[in-house]
Amino acid sequence: MIDLVAFIPRAVAQSIPLLFGSTGEIITEKSGNLNLGIPGVMYVGGICGVIGSFLYESSLADPSQMNKFLAVLIPVACCLIGSLLMGLLYCFLTVNLRANQNVTGLAMTTFGVGFGNFFGGSLIKLTGANIPTISLGATSKVFRTTLPFAGSMGAFGKIFFSYGFLAYVAIAIALASSYVLNRTRVGLQLRAVGEDPATADAAGINITRYKYVATCLGCMIAGLGGLYYVMDYANGIWSNDAFGDRGWLAIALVIFTIWRPSVAIPASILFGGLYILYLFIPTGENLAIKELYKMLPYVVTIIVLVFSSLRNKRENQPPESLGLPYFREDR
Amino acid sequence: MADRLPAVRMRGITKEFAGKVVANKNVDLDIYRGEILALLGENGSGKTTLMNMLSGIYYPDAGTIEINGKHRVISSPKEAIDLGIGMIHQHFKLVNVFTAAENIVLGMNEPSGFDLKAASERIRQVCDTYGFDVDPNQKIYDMSVSQKQTVEIVKQLYRGAEILILDEPTAVLTPQETDKLFAVLRNMRDDGKTVVIITHKLHEVLDISDRVAVLRKGEYVGEMITTETTAQEMTNMMVGHQVSLNIERPDVEMDYRMERIRVKNLTVRNNEGVVKLDDVSFTAYTGEILGIAGISGSGQKELLEAIAGLQPVESGSVEYVVDANSTPEEVEQLIGMDPIKIAQMGVVLSFVPEDRLGMGLVGSMDLTDNMMLRSFRDGMSPFTDRKAPKHLAELVVDELEVNTPSVSTPVRRLSGGNVQKVLVGREIAAAPTVLLSAYAVRGLDVNSSYLIYDLLNRQKGNGVAVIYVGEDLDVLLELCDRILVLCGGKVSGIVDGRTTNKNEVGLMMTKLGGGEE
Repeated sequence: MIDLVAFIPRAVAQSIPLLFGSTGEIITEKSGNLNLGIPGVMYVGGICGVIGSFLYESSLADPSQMNKFLAVLIPVACCLIGSLLMGLLYCFLTVNLRANQNVTGLAMTTFGVGFGNFFGGSLIKLTGANIPTISLGATSKVFRTTLPFAGSMGAFGKIFFSYGFLAYVAIAIALASSYVLNRTRVGLQLRAVGEDPATADAAGINITRYKYVATCLGCMIAGLGGLYYVMDYANGIWSNDAFGDRGWLAIALVIFTIWRPSVAIPASILFGGLYILYLFIPTGENLAIKELYKMLPYVVTIIVLVFSSLRNKRENQPPESLGLPYFREDR
Repeated sequence: MADRLPAVRMRGITKEFAGKVVANKNVDLDIYRGEILALLGENGSGKTTLMNMLSGIYYPDAGTIEINGKHRVISSPKEAIDLGIGMIHQHFKLVNVFTAAENIVLGMNEPSGFDLKAASERIRQVCDTYGFDVDPNQKIYDMSVSQKQTVEIVKQLYRGAEILILDEPTAVLTPQETDKLFAVLRNMRDDGKTVVIITHKLHEVLDISDRVAVLRKGEYVGEMITTETTAQEMTNMMVGHQVSLNIERPDVEMDYRMERIRVKNLTVRNNEGVVKLDDVSFTAYTGEILGIAGISGSGQKELLEAIAGLQPVESGSVEYVVDANSTPEEVEQLIGMDPIKIAQMGVVLSFVPEDRLGMGLVGSMDLTDNMMLRSFRDGMSPFTDRKAPKHLAELVVDELEVNTPSVSTPVRRLSGGNVQKVLVGREIAAAPTVLLSAYAVRGLDVNSSYLIYDLLNRQKGNGVAVIYVGEDLDVLLELCDRILVLCGGKVSGIVDGRTTNKNEVGLMMTKLGGGEE
């Protein structure tokens, strides 16, 4: 039987990058922008945080004496700025120049992954280490700080309080987005932009502003997913391509949750669990079975896509003008 | 009336679209409070463009706009709303997955904060004042066309619109719904609001408006007091020359008339399992135009597509009578056949679908290539023959006076009327024995419409069985030999076009069993 007390915290930790990514993408898609650049944005967010904290750590004689506040602030700010720039680039191309959103997004993913690996490789060269990784142990330690009483609460503490602050930030952002989207005027207007920009425009809503803000905000949230992965999940160790395809899983999650950030919380934990299930199921010596278990998140994604395409309820469809450019004077 | 201050004064308004298309040229227009102005003009005469500039969708290249005597620059819909200008577009500006209330408050910044319950209450008040019936919590996708239109009107009133513009509001309404709408508009006029109605239906102009302004090819040609003018005078002004307003209905000699299409007990369900056609039976004869009337979505589309072999059928049969005089009668079954098989059987069926650029023509291909869509299978060579279609395209352009730069222009760039001419021209060139047409004149101006009627009549004279799905009852009554009325997928009756009247057909459209053949 699986050891749940060990399994659940690992699944949750695994789920946080997915949750950041899918919340960001949901907000973006609600504005009618289909940003397939999210996997790239998450790489950029991760590496920007790494660069910031690398420079900070190497500017100190003894990294373990670092200012804890700056140790968090610098990577987070770098990560947000990097992701924001990616968001601005995407918006400029798709909103102002009305470039095809799919092509732009895919190009940005290719770019973002390359950007991450290039600067990751450069930093590795700078350190001159034997192993191809950058280790930011001191910064990571700050990111992984848990509440002081977590350790003394047994299994309960382990399941609910054993995570770094970014994990709680992710859940808070998802809940807040859900509230804003469904309960506020801004949310209503944002949804209108994604459903039918011509209608929103005629109602006096500034389409360009909504698309820019939603997409850039979405990118910044997704970028935090990349940062969490490096600083918390991977214990501050960056190695090229380690983030893998989590960005795509985050996009699949958007469909799985039918564009609902609140549903994304349990759904991402489910995906996170599936992602690492092979580590907890006794598979014996047979490595082939392990590989089969690794397929699970992808198999589930395909099954979900099949079922979500069969749904006919109008509310459960993607925003109606998702992926389409808008130009007021179009005839 | 002229000494009053106009609510809207437009002076020297000019608008060009990329590609040098002049939509409006130096237009001067005054609109007064407490009156209903009808803006009349052919397709592409710039009526909608002009009003879009008033509502902030487009921005004029030149000219000035005064609202209540003050010079204003309207550069976005928001500014128009703030000035009390509300436009109800031909294609409703409503978000389908939102409720009526959500749509009505959309974009508003009420000082009381975001409170849908309070908004619903205020919406009910607006409805009570004007006698509307709107459920604030109903989703738009659950509504009928006329309900959606009501929501649009309530939306504008809720925002405090003083100047209301309606772009072809009656295109999708039944006669009864139109009457109801007009009563509301008169009510609003008497309330001191300014109403502009864009239309090209002359009888509606006569019915509702106080004043008529006419645009032709983007230019303002003049205005008239409605009570002092006639339909004939308005048409002449709109078109620029004398036009006969009578639709002909030539009598075809009876020995031409034989059964051609026999539809028996046809039942069709759509993808969601909803019954769209319920036990429909009728016969279409050669040398006649069979009109099909009904509220939009009563099964017209499914009926035509079932005959054309595009729509899976649950039960029933569609027989094509090859020769009724031979014994035994030669009959082909069309159900279960796709368009290619139907063509291979030697049945020449022409279909002018409702969705011109979706099903009829390929928008980004030029005239020649679109002609080829019907002929590319001809011959055994692996190469296509481009000469014949090019010749055909030139012929269609010539004979139907299609206004196009050349036959190598993508059809998407042509105006609606010209697109329709290309499509009808191609379908007729195939020398069909059955011609199916859905809303053949939808969105077309008077001139183009009459050309299409004329083409249909010529096909009828050639012994073609013409099935004409239409929405304008006046036209159906004048053009068609017989009219089949659909109501909710059922045949509510087949009437003789020569003896029936508008009221009878209108009633049959809304309830079953209104009349007998």
